[in-house]
Amino acid sequence: MNDLAALGDEALKLTPSLWAAVWLVLGGPLLLGLVALYWPPRRMLTVVAAYLPVMAATGWLIVTVAASGPRHASLALGELTLTWYLDGLATLLMLLTQTVLLASAVFAVGYCRAAELPSRPAAWLWPLLGGLSSGLTLIWIAADLLSLYVGLELMGLCAVALMLLPGEADALAAGMRYLLYALVGSLAWLLGVSLLLGAWGRLDLAGLAAVAEPGTVTTIAVALLSAGLLLKASIFPLHAWLAPVHGAAWIPVSAVHAALVIKASFVILLKLWLLLVPGQVVAAWGLGGLGSLAVLWGGLLAWRASGLKALVAYSTVGQLGYLMLAFPLLIGTSDAVATLAWRGTWLHLAGHALAKAAMFMAVGSLVLATGRSKLSELAGTSRRLPLPLLTFGLAAVTLMGLPPSAGFTAKWLLLQAAMQGQQWIWILVLVLGTMLTAAYLFRMFRHSFDEQAPPLTYRRLPPGMDLVPLLLALAALALGLVADLPLNFLSAQGASS
Amino acid sequence: MSGAVFPIATLASSLLVAALIFLLPERAWWARTSLNLGASLIKLGLVGWMVWGLHRGLDYAVEFPVVAGVSFVLRADALGIMFAGLSSLLWLFTTLYAIGYLEDSPNRKRFFGFFSLCVASTLGISLAGNLFTFLIFYEMLTLSTYPLVVHRGTPKALAAGAVYLRYTLSGGLALLLGVVALHVIAGDIHFGEREVLADLGAEWHPLLVSIFVLMILGLGVKTALVPLHGWLPKAMVAPAPVSALLHAVAVVKAGAFGIVRLVYDVYGIELSYQLGLMHGLVAIAAVTIIYGSLRALAQQELKARLAFSTVSQVSYIVLGVGLFGPLATVAALSHLLHQGLMKVTLFFCAGNYAEELGIHRIDELDGAGWRMPLTSFAFTVGALGMIGLPPTVGFISKWYLGVGSIEAGMPWLLAVLVTSSLLNAAYFLPILHRLWFRVGPAHGYGDWPDERRLGRMETSGWLLWPTLATAAFSLLAGLLASMPFSPLEWAARVASQEYVL
Repeated sequence: MNDLAALGDEALKLTPSLWAAVWLVLGGPLLLGLVALYWPPRRMLTVVAAYLPVMAATGWLIVTVAASGPRHASLALGELTLTWYLDGLATLLMLLTQTVLLASAVFAVGYCRAAELPSRPAAWLWPLLGGLSSGLTLIWIAADLLSLYVGLELMGLCAVALMLLPGEADALAAGMRYLLYALVGSLAWLLGVSLLLGAWGRLDLAGLAAVAEPGTVTTIAVALLSAGLLLKASIFPLHAWLAPVHGAAWIPVSAVHAALVIKASFVILLKLWLLLVPGQVVAAWGLGGLGSLAVLWGGLLAWRASGLKALVAYSTVGQLGYLMLAFPLLIGTSDAVATLAWRGTWLHLAGHALAKAAMFMAVGSLVLATGRSKLSELAGTSRRLPLPLLTFGLAAVTLMGLPPSAGFTAKWLLLQAAMQGQQWIWILVLVLGTMLTAAYLFRMFRHSFDEQAPPLTYRRLPPGMDLVPLLLALAALALGLVADLPLNFLSAQGASS
Repeated sequence: MSGAVFPIATLASSLLVAALIFLLPERAWWARTSLNLGASLIKLGLVGWMVWGLHRGLDYAVEFPVVAGVSFVLRADALGIMFAGLSSLLWLFTTLYAIGYLEDSPNRKRFFGFFSLCVASTLGISLAGNLFTFLIFYEMLTLSTYPLVVHRGTPKALAAGAVYLRYTLSGGLALLLGVVALHVIAGDIHFGEREVLADLGAEWHPLLVSIFVLMILGLGVKTALVPLHGWLPKAMVAPAPVSALLHAVAVVKAGAFGIVRLVYDVYGIELSYQLGLMHGLVAIAAVTIIYGSLRALAQQELKARLAFSTVSQVSYIVLGVGLFGPLATVAALSHLLHQGLMKVTLFFCAGNYAEELGIHRIDELDGAGWRMPLTSFAFTVGALGMIGLPPTVGFISKWYLGVGSIEAGMPWLLAVLVTSSLLNAAYFLPILHRLWFRVGPAHGYGDWPDERRLGRMETSGWLLWPTLATAAFSLLAGLLASMPFSPLEWAARVASQEYVL
């Protein structure tokens, strides 16, 4: 990946019409969000219709990159030059982001009404989601540390603000803690960036990859950058802030956060490592080790969790651990192994994003409809709420990595990579993780299939709130069967070559 | 091109029905029933057409890449279509039965939705053309049967569901590891490409043996090989049609069929024999046969006895696979079908006794033959078949197994077979004796535990006719064993393909 080969080629610069498309994807959601601040959407279809241009622009970018290869652009701001790079990976991540955001926005329309959210804070949901989208898109296309920083901060601050929106005591406490963590993370990031700038005098990734030599400065800088990112990605053991934040947040916010925001930090981390320290095998194994512990510890926490939202949130901690296995499997391995791991990682990321968003929404519907938020209180729900439960089940299939799903195909690829690279320990991690995931997800069904519980009273929810997560969950399943198409599009594979 | 349509249509018919059933409201009885029956008839027709097509030498296959180097393959070959035929035939009868059985009970929509998914998985297993595709449907089967096992929602059912998952998911993982490992060393092996592993060379043999053991562990859970059988007796808390399906076609058969595929179409009989794997299979199967029968003898509940009898009977298939020789192969493959027909009949009968008379324990069956003569006749046919009395299908399986074990040079297996048959007789004949020769409530002594008059005949027609139909099939399959397209004849056809090496 990240050979950034097209960067110097004048012919592969963005054409004006492509520029327009990039700006549309970058700024469109923010603009729509600002409009919605004053005229909040009342119907789900309005959101879909308003979002169509953004989706169309994303689609067009994908088609262009697929047809004619990666494109790049630079943007001069005074003395600073921002470099953007659009390859298969970046455009696919854009599509994933916009899909999940659109789904969450549609769901949010119903959620605001059904949960009777206060109208002022609820209206702020829209511009903040828009800002989040811009930040994420910027991160996907950024090819210099400054753009990455801007994207990271924009995304992070919007995420914190979104978490604070409910305005209740626990939301404020959790949100402020999140802010603190995010700021510490940013500080570490800034320190790392300034070290790199001081040592090598440049911020663009391609240039840094060319001039930066392995040494103390690079190591310390990357360590600082990584620490900041690990904190933001809530990688074990820096995951403590995640569950309280999700427990208090609104459902569409949780969905976007778990599906996309956390992964952004992981994506940056992976990019930086492959470019700057492609030889640090031992450290990469260390990251893989952290990931393994995350898989096990997150699984155990989810297993012990009594609240529905806490269960789903801890499950995110565990699932992110699988992603961390990318480091030992990509760094210092043969091309064949790296290719498998590379594909498995992205497939897992996409599958988890879709499934986790679906699962959060299904849980949101369950909680709203029953007014209960504990697993044990959901006894007998399968009789009355089959659709959210079905969605939960389908999303669970992906998270457990059972076929047919993106999670399964990804696990297949990772297993194959681990076997071929003879890194047996990760096989054990994958196996244990799968069993733990099944153990904590089936707790849900154990309760909901209970037929001997006193009946609960149920509220009716808009059908769209059932349909949107169902579609996301089905997409995660389908992705597992047609993975070949997007994966082939993931530009040049392999490690640091 | 047209060859691709049939496997997809067969699979889609139950997948679509599952989706539609989930969309229909709970009270839409007519729509659901006609969907169910329509789809099972269409499926039966499609499978029948493919059988005829295979007979004429046509090829039905569809393939597309999932990720680089791994394909999703559906292919109807002689062995697969045999299993597909069994499951679509029994699905029709089980659906009819389930409609009657679940009359007026809650959650029927959920039940029939997952029921259809379960059958779709079984068909996927039978039509899968490589291990990857097989694995997909094998795991789908686990997931779609869980809601059926816990359907009643009682603490006992939920506990059984948890045990079921623990066993099957762990088994699935073992299988996954084995399949990935094979993939790493040999690539995407399509079923029937036996030369791939055979050509690997002797230095790979230890690895191949360990992978085989791993995969047998995975498949053995569903096949209920001792000591991996613990989930099966517990899972009988499920409603009777589910038990019938689980024991006759879906779960245990999926495991057995997987073992057949693994030995015949991935490793190949020659290689399995060279690696010494067959002896292991034979030993496990022999132990399971005897152990299952002994445990069955000790059960006082009808369904529990039938469950342990399944443990024992399914291992006949494994035994046949493990014996080197065409006759044993014929026995294994035909028993795959025969056991399904007999076991589904027996479970239907157990369900009928429970529904009509409230009978769950064997000692409550006294004289029930005179109260429910048709059901008891069907039970008698099934039980005699299990014992292996001519002219039932069970006799054919055992005959070929016996001849096969002599052919394979393991005459001591005859002792196993005889012991098992004696044990079968020991646990089935007392039931028959109670049914027909003891006096009970039908003669005016005492009362049935919970008698309900479900229909004008001895019980509701929905319950009675499928029972009689499967009983008739298991009789006919024995009487007409030498006719074309009988299970035996088709099994011989498959076996002749396996041994042309």
